[in-house]
Amino acid sequence: MNMGKMKDLPIGGVITEGGTAHEYVTGGWRKLRPVLDKDKCTDCLICWVMCPDSAIIVEDGKMVGFDLEHCKGCGICAEECPDKVKAIKMEEETG
Amino acid sequence: MAVTMVKKQAGLTGNSAVAYAMKQINPDVCAAYPITPSTQIMEDFSSYVADGKVDTELITAESEHSAMSACIGASAAGARVMTATSSQGLALMWEMLYIASGLRLPIVLANVNRALSAPINIHCDHSDSMGARDSGWIQIYSETVQEAYDNLFQAVRIAESEKVLLPVMVCLDGFITSHAIENISLLEDAEVSQFVGGYKAQHPMLDTDNPVTYGAMTLPDSYIIFKHQQSEAIGRAKDVVVEVGKEFGNRFGREYGLMEKYRLDDADVAIVILSSAAGTTKVAVDELRAKGKKVGLLRPRLFRPFPFKEIADALKSIKAVACLDRVDSFSGFGSPLFNEIRSTLYEFEKRPKVINKIFGLGGRDYKVKDAVGVFEELLKIAETGKVETLIKYITL
Ligand code: SF4
Ligand code: SF4
Repeated sequence: MNMGKMKDLPIGGVITEGGTAHEYVTGGWRKLRPVLDKDKCTDCLICWVMCPDSAIIVEDGKMVGFDLEHCKGCGICAEECPDKVKAIKMEEETG
Repeated sequence: MAVTMVKKQAGLTGNSAVAYAMKQINPDVCAAYPITPSTQIMEDFSSYVADGKVDTELITAESEHSAMSACIGASAAGARVMTATSSQGLALMWEMLYIASGLRLPIVLANVNRALSAPINIHCDHSDSMGARDSGWIQIYSETVQEAYDNLFQAVRIAESEKVLLPVMVCLDGFITSHAIENISLLEDAEVSQFVGGYKAQHPMLDTDNPVTYGAMTLPDSYIIFKHQQSEAIGRAKDVVVEVGKEFGNRFGREYGLMEKYRLDDADVAIVILSSAAGTTKVAVDELRAKGKKVGLLRPRLFRPFPFKEIADALKSIKAVACLDRVDSFSGFGSPLFNEIRSTLYEFEKRPKVINKIFGLGGRDYKVKDAVGVFEELLKIAETGKVETLIKYITL
């Protein structure tokens, strides 16, 4: 939503379109970053199911990486990736 | 109110009249929790629901906090919503009252005025609605059963006006008005539906083709913008109240304005008072007028937004004014009517002396002799220009 003209904002603080959460970048306060080892990954998509932030990117049924603009670094994906696979590692953010 | 037409007459209590008005409005949703003295409103209304007389979805909530929350959800969904409460019930709605007004939801609430605990008391005073006077709700105070009934229809129109879009509280005095039977003139159902019309919400949450979010967080860059919009909207409500009151008068023969003036125009002194106690005061006015004393009364009907300009115009050439508050705001400097009116008159170089009387708390009787006593004090002030006690409890 364009916040440019403050005076014209819809009354009551109503957001008049859907899907705007996507535009709001919330990954800024992540301390740990998930890193994928694609060689190990079996595309079981358990991480996609478990991620509380819809931050696992899947294309054509395959796990391809993370939406780092929204990933909070909670580590659930790394924890839930099956023990035999363990394709996700959490690493310190350096930036 | 000037009555020029009388139609279908019925003897109804204030509560039954409000419930009957709600039946005629036929709102989409009512969410409520019973509390004395407003209980009978929802009791009567639930019979209308059970008998299929209305299409309303009745939500019997487990508390007033939940009742107002459900009203807010339903209103955001796009429904026309009404409810009723009193006293502690309104107090329990407190948090949600601000959300209803901040989200700009045109909910209509009938508040049957009752004292707040402690000590516990079920009788009339204005501490409940006066405590909510800064919650962003429009507040209209009714003197009689007829006026309470008529105010409900107008409240729907005012709340839903595109210029306003704010919740409205219609207040009537607990027991004195809510439980007293008055012979009133009823409107036809068709007249009501023509007057209130249909309601089309601007951003209904149930319109899944056009998804919206209500209640999003706003940060320091924008919160004040929404509050400014809200402030301008409640300011605009004043003209809408006048327009709607005029239209109501043209259609049904009972016109309403921002206030009622009773023998005020040539008065030397005046009492300003809300709701049913104005009736008692009018008797005192007549008695004293018969003795040649120039006394009058001003009864504000709209308290929020406060019509400060119009009230100042009505009072500026009076010599002494007493504001009678049926509430103590415990500010140490008088109560709401007094504070508003004294501040309103400050801009005039020549202004009346203004005193405050706090009366009738918890249903304590306010009699003609009490009003006469105040008028006599005012006449003395007008003569000497001296105020002995600025703020005082009476009817003790
Ligand atoms: S770290 Fe948490 S938020 Fe980020 S992708 Fe994994 S599960 Fe989702
Ligand atoms: S849970 Fe592990 S193996 Fe399964 S898709 Fe995600 S990263 Fe790949």
